[in-house]
Amino acid sequence: MASHHFDHVDRSGSVSGPPSAGDYVFDRGFRGVAWLSAVFILALVVYIVIEIGGKALPAFSEYGFGFLTSTTWNVQTGQFGILPEIWGTLYSSLLALIIGGVFGVAIAIFLTQDFLHGHLAAVFRTIIELLAAIPSVVYGLWGIYVLIPLLRPVANWLHGEFGFVPFFGTSLSGPGLGPAALVLAIMILPTVASISVDALHQVPYKVKEAAYGMGTTRWEAILKVMLPTAGSGILAALVLGFGRALGETMALAMLIGNSNQISLSLFSPANTLAALLASSFPEAGPVEVRALMYAALVLLAITLIVNAIGLAVMKFATRKFEAER
Amino acid sequence: MATRFLLAAAIATLGFIGLIPAVQAQTAAPTATVASGPVALRGAGATFPAPLYQKWIDVYTKANPTLAIEYKVVGSGEGVKRFLENSVDFGASDAALSDEQIAKAPGGATLVPATAGAIVLAYNLPDVKGVLKLSREVYADIFLGKIRNWNDPKIQVLNPDIKLPNLTITLVARQDSSGATYAMTNHLSAISAAWRNQGPGVGKVIDWPGISMVAPGNEGVAGRIKRSWGSIGYVEYGFAKRLGLPMAHLENKAGVFVEPNLNSGQATLAANVSQIPGNLRVFLPDPDGENSYPIVTFTWLLLYDRYPNPQKSATLKGFVNWALSDGQGYSIDQGYIPLPENVATLARAAVNRVQ
Repeated sequence: MASHHFDHVDRSGSVSGPPSAGDYVFDRGFRGVAWLSAVFILALVVYIVIEIGGKALPAFSEYGFGFLTSTTWNVQTGQFGILPEIWGTLYSSLLALIIGGVFGVAIAIFLTQDFLHGHLAAVFRTIIELLAAIPSVVYGLWGIYVLIPLLRPVANWLHGEFGFVPFFGTSLSGPGLGPAALVLAIMILPTVASISVDALHQVPYKVKEAAYGMGTTRWEAILKVMLPTAGSGILAALVLGFGRALGETMALAMLIGNSNQISLSLFSPANTLAALLASSFPEAGPVEVRALMYAALVLLAITLIVNAIGLAVMKFATRKFEAER
Repeated sequence: MATRFLLAAAIATLGFIGLIPAVQAQTAAPTATVASGPVALRGAGATFPAPLYQKWIDVYTKANPTLAIEYKVVGSGEGVKRFLENSVDFGASDAALSDEQIAKAPGGATLVPATAGAIVLAYNLPDVKGVLKLSREVYADIFLGKIRNWNDPKIQVLNPDIKLPNLTITLVARQDSSGATYAMTNHLSAISAAWRNQGPGVGKVIDWPGISMVAPGNEGVAGRIKRSWGSIGYVEYGFAKRLGLPMAHLENKAGVFVEPNLNSGQATLAANVSQIPGNLRVFLPDPDGENSYPIVTFTWLLLYDRYPNPQKSATLKGFVNWALSDGQGYSIDQGYIPLPENVATLARAAVNRVQ
């Protein structure tokens, strides 16, 4: 219908022409496919939640909220509780976020604030992003055979000298929270670093020039101008990194020690929800599977809440800086 | 007819080759009449006797090439479950079936003690030379989580020659439902009032107190101990020996510290199983005898009383009978305690009642 407006263009024989019938079909078709994909993804998420929720419902009605506060996991007596796993998940992820976050943001500053020549910075960035390509199980093996033997003498010295500090309350026997958190930190490093690099790149060069023009030193410019301006992007990087740490499974199942207990000690074995699911599912009977489904639902909820908080914080941060600009 | 023909052909072929290893001829002889066509047997269960069962299957199927036996190493709990679900031809468990479980078995259940083994407390204390001695009270307290550090005076006083390190005691226990856990907790409950009254109880899976890690299977526990300083855990003797783990000498009922090995294990059986009940269900929670190692358990093969397929039943009986006679000769090499003759005789009689 709209094509007749362009009829004269068509007659002129120029290279540009009105959209043909084929173009319309293609355009409509593409839009349809795009819509379908979007709807499909939404439906998939809803389906997963419903499926897990449905399977977890019997356990939920049986154990209620006591499931979240009990520390027993005994298949024989049918008592299930996941407080130690919730604790282990949050504790290990938080430690990983602190370590990985500090290093990730520091690397991002190093790569973007003219410390390195452009090409060299690109090479460095590629190398860091390659860390994301290493399979989880390889990280696990590396942790067992390289990291733990390296860490153990240090940890046991700390335990010997400062055993009264709760964080060093036990010696490191092998698998434990400390090695697991360190490996997690390395695993979230590429996520945190590359998104922070993008965020810092997006700050217009003029902003930095203006800061220098006002007589700031390099550090003042980085800490007081660049970082706050890129703040929302860096926060997004940290939230995504935390989310990845919460759900990480294989490396943790190998490194954390599968211990059903709550301890402040960095060197004590612990457990996480994802590691519990991975190690218990293969041999679980129907009763245990229901409890595991409940645990899976809790993990899903924790991840969703963390991401929601992250989005909210980002929104708040963005508005603040936009207003200041 | 077919059987005789096969037998004749086999003998002719072997004769033609000329070189017949003596062992193979011996093991093949009692069974050649049974294997009359390709038969596949499927079993699943305990990890504790798995190396010995694999060896048996290996030797026996080499002598009977038409026979295929598969043994899935899934732990006693899962083995019993699959046996009761009738999804295998035989099960295996280190904890004998209870009466209710036997009642649930499709086609009735016959328990056949297959071998016995010592459960050792293997530990990993780097730089400690000499062997650790643990009294009944002390190792019960360790597993109760009451003694939490290796340099605890209660351990030190038993081991004056050893300088114990300042390391946290990390228990390594079984994650899966397991007969080794049953034997261990059954023993702890027998020797310690605290375990019996306030402890976590007796079972194939329990909630371990103290700082404990869990790992799947005997090999999983042994491997975890090998890699973890300050750890101690319970595994079958052979698994600890294969990994070269040090094993604690334990105080027995008579108050003597006994080294875990095949001799002390055999001493336990010799001193305690002169009388055995008709259903062949024997547990030794706290064995008598001066030279007896305190934690010894039988492990059972679970057979159905009746098999719908007579060929399968005959083949399985042939295999188990062989395992209970010639097969016992492989026990010591693999780290297990051969059955005492009176138990083996009763076990063979039970197998022969299977239809």
